[in-house]
Amino acid sequence: MATFRVCPDSGFYFNRSAERLIKVNAVAGVVALLIAGILALGVVLTRWQEVHLLSPQDFYLALTAHGINALIFWIIFFEMAILHFASSTLLRCRIATPGWAWAGFMLMLLGAIINNVAVFQGRSSVMMTSYAPMQAEPHFYLGLILFAVGALVQVLVFFGTLVVAYQEKTYEGSVPLVTFGAITAAIIAVFTIASGAIILIPTFLWSLGYIGHIDAEMYRIVWWGLGHSSQQINVSAHVAVWYLIAGVLFGARPMSEKVSRFAFFLYILFLQLACAHHILVDPGVGTEWKIFNTSYAMYLAVLASMIHGLTVPGSIEVAQRQKGYSKGFFEWLRKAPWSNPVFSGMFISLVVFGFLGGITGVVMGTEQINLIIHNTIYVPAHFHATVAVGTTLAFMALTYLLIPVLFRRKVILPTLARWQPYLFGGGMTILILFMLGAGTLGVSRRHWDMDFTGAAMVFEYPGMAYTLMAIAAIGGLLAIVGGVAFLLVTVGSLLFGEKLEPSAGFLQSFLGKALAPSAYAVERPEMLPRAPKLTVEEHGSAGFEAPGTFALAMLLLVSFVVYYFINWKYLASVWPLS
Amino acid sequence: MSDDKATPGRESEERIPAMQSILDNPFLLLFIGVTMPTVFYLIWGIMEIVTLPVAP
Repeated sequence: MATFRVCPDSGFYFNRSAERLIKVNAVAGVVALLIAGILALGVVLTRWQEVHLLSPQDFYLALTAHGINALIFWIIFFEMAILHFASSTLLRCRIATPGWAWAGFMLMLLGAIINNVAVFQGRSSVMMTSYAPMQAEPHFYLGLILFAVGALVQVLVFFGTLVVAYQEKTYEGSVPLVTFGAITAAIIAVFTIASGAIILIPTFLWSLGYIGHIDAEMYRIVWWGLGHSSQQINVSAHVAVWYLIAGVLFGARPMSEKVSRFAFFLYILFLQLACAHHILVDPGVGTEWKIFNTSYAMYLAVLASMIHGLTVPGSIEVAQRQKGYSKGFFEWLRKAPWSNPVFSGMFISLVVFGFLGGITGVVMGTEQINLIIHNTIYVPAHFHATVAVGTTLAFMALTYLLIPVLFRRKVILPTLARWQPYLFGGGMTILILFMLGAGTLGVSRRHWDMDFTGAAMVFEYPGMAYTLMAIAAIGGLLAIVGGVAFLLVTVGSLLFGEKLEPSAGFLQSFLGKALAPSAYAVERPEMLPRAPKLTVEEHGSAGFEAPGTFALAMLLLVSFVVYYFINWKYLASVWPLS
Repeated sequence: MSDDKATPGRESEERIPAMQSILDNPFLLLFIGVTMPTVFYLIWGIMEIVTLPVAP
């Protein structure tokens, strides 16, 4: 029985069951993004002190729901779509146990709904971290647990699909690099979900009254195994998306498969240890633990990100130069398809992730200079660079690619789509830069009122902090406009876009119904052949094939050195020890 | 004779390097990827907390 269809535009083979699962996970993710975006408006307009929109109760409710929907539900739903795509589609095989994958998806959906209900009922405004002894309603934790179990089931189906592909010999040689990136994300997901189970199940029982006490420090350590590692799933997944987009748009091959795979291996080994940077000022754990997990292990994960940051644009540069765009250092970049949101979204994601997310991440992971900005608004600035731009914008770019390929609809509003990555990426960049500045001046994160109105103990921020927060809010509003544009284009395309396949209707787009049986005409796809070896890889001279990328890498290095020095200098001035 | 020389050459071409064998085994990677943070982050961190002296 034929269960595969081949996309005439991209050549991807889609298995019917996998295709349906990719769609429902992606759509559920976008719904969570919509909720997160609406709530972002309330958060931004409250932290803009002159506007100060929401009451304290509403602000903390909005911030909790915004954080969980943006950092957990949107991202992990979409990552499940990526896992099924990277296994079944890229390896040209059927999905293992689709029934279990559906069960996992339904559990995730149920968990997300229950958790949102708990938050919107108003008695669980405990932020995403829900630090004990602050207690939420039991169904807040139950929702998260169900969501995590569902995600684990889908991750296990992903590993099962890898076995299916291997046993049925659907590919030759090693799995493609994008699939390898997805494997990295899935491995980190297993640790993440296990950490979540270890801490959230007892916390759930505590909220029901079956357990008398949750140790606050123990909670923090184990919870960050969930909270920070969940963002490391993102990093692996969006780096895999970068490679995918570079390959699809430019026919780019990694400059060195070995080096790129080794960089993912460094993620597997070390990336999750960076959770420790959240505990750097906690007195309960020793310096050895802190320094090993951040200043040693984390730097090896940073090295891996730098490798990916070099090899992705490097591979694009090599491909572009082979097409004749070889004048000077940057003709390859100038002649790139900047009006295509798939490319512009991916490239902005890469640059902001590296220059803002990467550099600030190292600053936060250094025990001494972390003291200047710990728990200030600098921290949300950092993770908006890594997650909101690095991951979200990469996923948005991938969505533009998938609308015609997966959903078989043409993208509507092409002009708006062209501008959307610039609106979202530009707005986010303003938000990030000015929150970084405000955080350096000490402005607290998760704080309703910078004026400390009516508080027994007050702190007077410098006037500049208010200005920085106001400009950050304007950037945030611009990013929200970019988010609205994304939803208009994508949801609009699924509803009203020209059908590239006659049976691509509403149910096929939003509820995971399969296309008409006639669309699936392939019984067994051709075996995925081994990629031919690259000449440059054999000669080991790939670095010199991409001088423009090398120049960009040097710019990143200089920016990092200067910024790192400034932070140490600033530390010396606020802690005058000499 | 030339055939004799060519055969081992082909074999050596097809020999999979040890590192590639590791990277090609997702379940070994899963084991490593879960064990590393469990030992260095979780277990080590929890042991530090449980060995803290209790305040009198």
